[in-house]
Amino acid sequence: MRLELRDITKRFPGVLANDKISISADRGKVLGMLGENGAGKTTLMNILSGLYKPDSGQIFIDGEERVFGDPVAAIKAGVGMVHQHFMLVPVFTVVEAVALGAETVTDFLGTFNRAEARKRIVELSEQYKLDVDPDAKIETLPVGVRQRVEILKALYRQSDILVLDEPSAVLTPYETEELYSIIRSLAAAGTTVIFITHKLNEVLEVADDIVVLRRGRVAGSADPKTATRQELANLMVGRDVELIVPKGPAKPGDVILHMEALHVRDDRLEMAVKGVDLDVRAGEIVAIAGVQGNGQTELVEAITGLRPVDSGTITIGGTHTEKASPRHVSDLGVAHIPEDRGRDGLINPMSVAENYILDSYHKAPYSKRGILDLKAVRARAAQGVKDFDIRTPSIDTMAGSLSGGNQQKVVVAREFSVPVQLVVAAQPTRGLDVGSIEYIHRRIVEQRDAGAAILIVSTELDEVLAVGDRIAVMFDGRIVGILSGDDATYENLGLLMGGASFGGGVAA
Amino acid sequence: MKALRRLLGQAAIPVLSVITALLFGGVVIVLTDFDQLSKIGTDPAGAILGAIGGVAKAYGAMLTGAFGDPTRIQTALRTGATKDIATAIRPITETLVASMPLIFCGLGVAVSFRAGMFNIGGDGQLRLGALGATIAAIGLAGKMPPGLILVASIAAGTAAGAFWGFIPGLLKARTGAHEVITTIMLNYVSALVLFFALRSPDLRAAGSTVPVSKVLTPIVDVPKLITLPGIRLDFGFVVALVMALLCSWLLFRTTKGFELRASGFNLTAARYAGMSAGGSMMLAMTISGALAGMAGGFLVIGTVGQLSLDVAGGIGFNAIALALLAGLRPGGVVLAALLFGALTNGGKLMGVESGIPVDLLFFIMALVIMFVAAPGLIRGMWRIKGSAKPEATPATTPTAPATPTTP
Repeated sequence: MRLELRDITKRFPGVLANDKISISADRGKVLGMLGENGAGKTTLMNILSGLYKPDSGQIFIDGEERVFGDPVAAIKAGVGMVHQHFMLVPVFTVVEAVALGAETVTDFLGTFNRAEARKRIVELSEQYKLDVDPDAKIETLPVGVRQRVEILKALYRQSDILVLDEPSAVLTPYETEELYSIIRSLAAAGTTVIFITHKLNEVLEVADDIVVLRRGRVAGSADPKTATRQELANLMVGRDVELIVPKGPAKPGDVILHMEALHVRDDRLEMAVKGVDLDVRAGEIVAIAGVQGNGQTELVEAITGLRPVDSGTITIGGTHTEKASPRHVSDLGVAHIPEDRGRDGLINPMSVAENYILDSYHKAPYSKRGILDLKAVRARAAQGVKDFDIRTPSIDTMAGSLSGGNQQKVVVAREFSVPVQLVVAAQPTRGLDVGSIEYIHRRIVEQRDAGAAILIVSTELDEVLAVGDRIAVMFDGRIVGILSGDDATYENLGLLMGGASFGGGVAA
Repeated sequence: MKALRRLLGQAAIPVLSVITALLFGGVVIVLTDFDQLSKIGTDPAGAILGAIGGVAKAYGAMLTGAFGDPTRIQTALRTGATKDIATAIRPITETLVASMPLIFCGLGVAVSFRAGMFNIGGDGQLRLGALGATIAAIGLAGKMPPGLILVASIAAGTAAGAFWGFIPGLLKARTGAHEVITTIMLNYVSALVLFFALRSPDLRAAGSTVPVSKVLTPIVDVPKLITLPGIRLDFGFVVALVMALLCSWLLFRTTKGFELRASGFNLTAARYAGMSAGGSMMLAMTISGALAGMAGGFLVIGTVGQLSLDVAGGIGFNAIALALLAGLRPGGVVLAALLFGALTNGGKLMGVESGIPVDLLFFIMALVIMFVAAPGLIRGMWRIKGSAKPEATPATTPTAPATPTTP
């Protein structure tokens, strides 16, 4: 079906989230909707799916105006949403989860017609090559498959317009490829797909048309056949951005971080890091690439003192830290940008100023004999906000209410507020928009040029390739290859990440 | 100006909750006023006026019971007869007396909740504190001057309460035992410890058939703030206010307080920042217990002058409610404790004068808490702006009090 949104406007207290947005998507086409966080993409889709009512503007489906009072009306009209966060009952089977809320019944008692539901789900799964086991429990399924269950859910409700909100955020590169082919087959079968993302590659890869939103307005549209990443990024941010932060060649100095035969167990006490040997030198950036769950998290936690080391050696600047506490490691001049800023890096209900001193509150100048010097705290935090261009109404604003990019800037500002000899950054730009990514990368390169050793762990190949002077690939708890930044490509890294041993790799 | 507006924003929900609860209480008074209800068919206007009059009379009596009769206070002050003055100001001093232990325990709950620990054991910690103070007072009787005995017994009570709070803190930090379970269980243990201790002839009042201690007043007493016959208000209340200031200072001005709040909000991030989560838990529970213990000490040494089995009387539980009403802010705890003190104290006169059972007050208090816990309900009823949050608007700051999450 052809979808058209005309002059959609939605205002929230203090913000114009959507300002006369008009977009259209033809039957069987994939519309890529690109925009930074806060550009108004999610608001627009919530209007389309009936969660919000627009202040003004119209929605047309096949030329006919529709008004959605609630999500049920939108579903009836054929609009299906696949949210960023999945809405599936973990203990249900695929059949139950998909049919939930749209069950057909066999009798007046309301008995669920499981056989029929199962039959339809199998058909849909085959038709669109979703490859989902209808009897598997949701909780046993990998994230990529759960997403396909969400897509099945929408198809089961006979959606002709499918909206995918940041679908690749949780997927591995391989799963993302699979998603693309599913989207293509859906479009080929006549479904109109709206693909919301802030990743440039994705729209270029899969969309038939691209529309770029910026600050609640349509900033422009582009043809994926001719548009370049740079053009799209500039359109999205509204200025010229550098997708790859310029950096000179690394000047490696002394070994700062040294790991030898390192073994670390995960929460279930299974060995997650199985003998890692790796050195990171002053003045170089070593990036660890790998699919999530191959021991990177445990490796970082072991280095930063958060997880006990099972066996092996870690030294930081010559000091053994296998048994060191997080505070001890931090006192050695180690900056840690944790994987999940909301959970590990920030205390959301506390103010920006308080988060700024989160790991140095007990030291001068913030603490004098156990009493906080609020003046010093405020002065330093205000300076940090200025230096790192953190967009916040004030330093008393709750950290949790900032945008993701600004939250991460608070973390980075804090970690770089003291002299560091080693930076350990896990997924430092996850979920951030192009402008923030550029900024964070620039700061990290600055630290390198100032002589710090940098270890970055990332599942994003773009990031690894953009900043890594050397790139180590981690698979199944081991470093399976180390490439110089110049030699690494999507292809050879992708192979290594999948577990292929790679001839060209240099042993650590 | 900005600070004032922020304060008003913070106070809006609790204040409106109290008003709404009182309105609901009024409705209940009307609905249970059968004299007026029976007239509704024959004389509707009279019935409605009568019902409203009934509510006004009941709440009027409650106000007088809680704060005294202003004209009477004026007259008494003019004539200057001590006995008249004492009677006239007695209601308001009794309100303060009732709120004293609530302030202590409420502060204790606020400190522990701020650190993410649900201390349900206020009653138990208070009992232990009362027992500790009683043992110290009786044990030291005649061995030192009363002034020193006073300090020693309050200190003993505080220490006993602190110990009783430390146990669940330690269990949580070392073994992960959930503090809700352990504090509730320790409440039972404390009741039995108290019962056992009061069997001792050293403590028990001579010849008493019920388990109560000897009267402590001849040994030691907390100095009264106003020396008039029948006025019980003493320095314990002042100490309670000082503790509120101290708690505020501890939570917001010290590094330990920073750790407590950080661990209370987000244990993982606190750990990542190098803080000791276990240490914060134990410290918060110890402080919390100490404050409840102090309440117990001042109750038996000052207010009551004797230890009995029902010394705690649910204060530890009311403290949870009022600490939440206060948004876990020490200053708010004082105000909320005064409100609860006024309700309990004023309710007595309301019961006498209008025949409305005191239970109505528990109903009102329960409603207050319910409304505070459901700010959306209050916002809807009073049509005040909520914090419906659109995507990525940095300016919106939720006005709801920060409720701690279980670690």
